[in-house]
Amino acid sequence: MNRRTFLQVGVSGAGGLLIAFTVGCKDKDAPAPAPAPTPGTGDAPAPARPAGADLNAWIRIDPDDTVTMLVPEAEMGQGIHTGVAMILAEELDADWATVRAEHAPADGAKYGRQSTGGSTSTRGNWDALRAAGATARAMLIAAAAQQWSVPAAELTTEPGAVVHAASKRRARYGELAAAAAKLPPPAPDTITPRAPGTYRLIGKPTKRLDQRPKITGAATYGLDVRLPGMLFAVVARPPVVGGKLVKFDGTAARAIPGVKDVLQIPTGVAVVATSTWAALKGREALSVTWDDGAHAALTSEQISKTLRDLAPGGVTVKQQGDAPDAVKRARTKLAAAYEVPYLAHVTMEPLNATCDVEDGRCTLWVGTQTPSGCQKTAAEILAIPPEQVTVHSTFLGGGFGRRSQTDYVAEAVHVARSMKGPVQLVWTREDDTRGGFYRPAALSLCEGALDADGWPTAWVQRIAAPSILERFGPLEGGVDATAVEGVENLPYALPHLLVTYARPDLPISTWFWRSVGSSQNAWSTECFLDELARAGGKDPLEVRRRLLKDKPRHLAVLEAAAARAGWGAPLPEGRARGLAVHESFGSVVAEVAVVSIDAGAPRVHRVTCAIDCGTAVNPAQIEAQMESGILYGLSAALHGAIHLDGGKVRESNFHDYPVVRMREAPRIDTVIVASTDPPGGVGEPSTPPVAPAVCNALLALTGKPVRALPIRLG
Amino acid sequence: MAITLTVNGAAREVDAPPDMPLLWVLRDLLGLTGTKYGCGVAQCRACTVHVDGEAVQSCQLPVSAAAGKSVTTIEGLGAPKLHVLQEAWLAEDVAQCGWCQPGQLMSAAALLARNSAPTDDDIDLAMSGNICRCGTYNRIRRAIKRAAGVPDAGGTP
Ligand code: FES
Ligand code: FES
Repeated sequence: MNRRTFLQVGVSGAGGLLIAFTVGCKDKDAPAPAPAPTPGTGDAPAPARPAGADLNAWIRIDPDDTVTMLVPEAEMGQGIHTGVAMILAEELDADWATVRAEHAPADGAKYGRQSTGGSTSTRGNWDALRAAGATARAMLIAAAAQQWSVPAAELTTEPGAVVHAASKRRARYGELAAAAAKLPPPAPDTITPRAPGTYRLIGKPTKRLDQRPKITGAATYGLDVRLPGMLFAVVARPPVVGGKLVKFDGTAARAIPGVKDVLQIPTGVAVVATSTWAALKGREALSVTWDDGAHAALTSEQISKTLRDLAPGGVTVKQQGDAPDAVKRARTKLAAAYEVPYLAHVTMEPLNATCDVEDGRCTLWVGTQTPSGCQKTAAEILAIPPEQVTVHSTFLGGGFGRRSQTDYVAEAVHVARSMKGPVQLVWTREDDTRGGFYRPAALSLCEGALDADGWPTAWVQRIAAPSILERFGPLEGGVDATAVEGVENLPYALPHLLVTYARPDLPISTWFWRSVGSSQNAWSTECFLDELARAGGKDPLEVRRRLLKDKPRHLAVLEAAAARAGWGAPLPEGRARGLAVHESFGSVVAEVAVVSIDAGAPRVHRVTCAIDCGTAVNPAQIEAQMESGILYGLSAALHGAIHLDGGKVRESNFHDYPVVRMREAPRIDTVIVASTDPPGGVGEPSTPPVAPAVCNALLALTGKPVRALPIRLG
Repeated sequence: MAITLTVNGAAREVDAPPDMPLLWVLRDLLGLTGTKYGCGVAQCRACTVHVDGEAVQSCQLPVSAAAGKSVTTIEGLGAPKLHVLQEAWLAEDVAQCGWCQPGQLMSAAALLARNSAPTDDDIDLAMSGNICRCGTYNRIRRAIKRAAGVPDAGGTP
């Protein structure tokens, strides 16, 4: 337990107990380093921060017994509000039927840093959440002890109430909340969280708290914000990467009924109107001259060539033994190049932000993974103190990393400062596909060697990929940690391993995309291992068992997935299984895919998934996240590619950037491996293994490796 | 131009250019934001509503074509009592981010209205127009079958 957990006690608006505490600080287990954010870019993984500097989460117990958890993390579909509320409610011993979860406000500097990414929401805050819940419980007990003049040690709780068994007295939390609010919080070292065997809520499949508004249309997302007098804006941006505005003529646009204004902002030309439709019509009517800049000839082929040219000359990231020499001297060896394209995030709700700037104050309504980043971005643009910026966090129609950027928020601020009243800045799907930040393209040149018995002994992987982290400052040792994650820590016991990294200079903005570097590195490593297994005449499961002897978590999920999927059992004609295992964000996931070929394209029938995510807080949401992450990864494996032609992104909407639909969606079975370790991430770790599991099934089916994504069968 | 239509049982008059898609009329002029925008080009069906009982992509329907017709949106589907599909959605804990779900529900409601016992193929056919980026398809399939009272065999090996 973290002895430095910082808490403050107060009285809630309704006269109950309010406990404020801090979550979401530095996650020392995060694979990526913690760079400092730069202006206008939103937040990077959290920098270290003095304990207790910011309070950003609250437990509120009102006299009517309602327990409200105000959660700083963004609810973008991952069920985090429910998960956080469960942990708090467990330690508080709350009656689950009375528990609500809401997004905590980012209102001025008194609130702490808020950022959701890296699957850290549960795993980074386990201790802090448990301590806060247990503290609240101790205070309610202390209040009852005072009222009844009995020693606190004689009191226990049952869900939602303090009880004194000897005198058969019982008081509901709501009845005690006001008295508890007047007590000082107990010393942190007197607080003992529950022992894992005694959990009542943790580990129990629990329905999400936010379902009902989402199925009735009542939930408010950023794009659903409606304010009196609100206008709508869209922006015309340079079509070529790195292009600039030369001049524009807004006369025709202004003539469109409903168009109120046409104005220049740093990223292009904004059209402001009384409806989204009028703004779109106005944008169509704009006449704009762009300077295409230096990259007007850039193509995907050139990017590929750059990666191929640079990959052999990278800096050393990891070296054990002498892998190049071992490969050179081996009788059986293999070389393969694995390449992936840039990918867009494509959140289902296109990017948007609503902003009102008035009298030196700024108010934002936005679905964001980083309310504090939005606050900072707005404050910098307007040159006002952060406490003059209020951020109302809405539901997010998907985040996947994209909403931890604040570029779209900055645009809203720039437009709103020139207008009277609130403005909703809307990105169309085309803007979203073309306007942005992408998962980096990447190339891995792999070489491997087998011993005389056909077991792998040496592995060389030379990676070339644009850097995500360089925007936060110089890379330590010239290596982008996100570009090598999953390779640098390859789990396989090999006497010889060499990993290198080369950073190309490319003008495409890159950003964190669900599971980050693992999204491509699990694919290259797990596919190459299957190629080596095949070259050595070994079963893919056998090879992994042997090379993972010292990795009990990997082995456990591998065995669990293989057993559940019936590894080795006969399948209907034309189908084959493929396997992959990968660790990311503190969790290990193995997946088995069953694949056939239908009209020249892969068809995935079933994916069996096993996860070790430490303590499984909410098994129902873990299952949902496994399904979600698998289909997200499958969309990329089967379809995802952002191409550049003449410096322009070729893709624009779902017709040319397709994603998995119902008819392509495999059935998914999930096994959760029991563990009492602190919780690991669940929002991302199921994404990396799916592409290699599918490609390995195709290798088994056709004998031909897949070495480029998206999968195109020749 | 003043256009009259019935939305969720109530007569509404809107002043909109005749080519404005029903989607933006609902969202921006009538404040009915339950109907979602996802693509604007008939690719995702986040914008699905019922017009005279038929599932329609509201991003593709000029409001003039809805004049005099009866439009049902997600806000009207479950009023005053939740639709059997919405109950099934709750039971299967379907929604993640939730952005696509109003469209999914409107498509599913149209499916059940014409086919009370849909097979997997029927569901594939009727629901593959609706995109969900959060990957809730398996739950949607189960929820539709639950609402229809059709057992789910769980797919092939
Ligand atoms: S918004 Fe209408 S089909 Fe996508
Ligand atoms: S629930 Fe998020 S897009 Fe479907």
